[in-house]
Amino acid sequence: MASPEAAVVRRAIRRQGLAIGVSVIPFGVAFGIACSEANLSTGEAMGFSVLMFTGGSHFAAVGVLGDGGSVGAAIIAAVLLAMRSLAYGVVMAPILTGSRWFRALASQLMIDESMAIGSAQVEPADQRYGYFSGGISIFALWNASTFVGAALVSSAGDLVTTWGLDATIPAAFLALLWPRLADPTQRAVAIGGAVIAMGLVPIATAGLPIIAAAAAVALARIAPRRPVGRS
Amino acid sequence: MSRGWIVILVASTIIYCLKAAAPMLLGDRRLPAWLTTLTTLMPAALLAALVAVSTLATGKHLQLDARAVGLGAAAIALWRKQGFIVVVIVAALATATARARS
Repeated sequence: MASPEAAVVRRAIRRQGLAIGVSVIPFGVAFGIACSEANLSTGEAMGFSVLMFTGGSHFAAVGVLGDGGSVGAAIIAAVLLAMRSLAYGVVMAPILTGSRWFRALASQLMIDESMAIGSAQVEPADQRYGYFSGGISIFALWNASTFVGAALVSSAGDLVTTWGLDATIPAAFLALLWPRLADPTQRAVAIGGAVIAMGLVPIATAGLPIIAAAAAVALARIAPRRPVGRS
Repeated sequence: MSRGWIVILVASTIIYCLKAAAPMLLGDRRLPAWLTTLTTLMPAALLAALVAVSTLATGKHLQLDARAVGLGAAAIALWRKQGFIVVVIVAALATATARARS
């Protein structure tokens, strides 16, 4: 694996991990600020970021608490948003092999971005490298930025929207999806997933549209098949 | 214990079980063929859903706003074979510009 080509691939993967980590910094800061506005301590803000570590779930739970919602409602909101982690686990399990302790530790990094970078790579070893590049980069930068937001920044202003930073996350996901769109089956499944998710946004609880999108895999049966190769 | 910590500890425990279920239970076993097909195709559906929702959803509403301009710019950058970092920066610039003009 020490060939020059392999080194180039690995460098590209590390850059993806770093770029996506940097792109979540404003959201981490915004989350820290949201915690102080919901009267949560810096310790609690860090508890969410380190222990829960799922992005959207934090905002949902803190939003519910900040609006005076019950503890139960906050827990349900967070868990529903994180249901997709189960699907990510199924996708990533084949490359997260190793000892029980290793798998237990690696699982905490199971988030949108680590799944996205991991599954965007071709070789299993690179997929594993991508999973950890994305996961570790975001774990470090998300937690650091939460701390900055909760402990140091007093008001968010319009940090995220003024600079267009809310467009960086969908752009990053699109970049990771892009190579798959060359394949007709994958393209059909992708379009189906997007349509299902958008259709459910107005009627379903936050988080459910993403999980339900997985059902688009069924489209692979009717989509045009590749002439040779994997089914 | 504060309300915040109860939410953190209970929800984090449940969420961790969701994250770890497949890696811990499937382990090193070889997956059946249908599950392998599922795992090769599922990321496309999940990623496309993440793109759609993070571009168009605001709470429970779908709306076409400056984020869509950013995503369009990102798609053009990808089509022109630009790298990951360029794509993300282009999206932010396009969205910020669209907002400043509206």
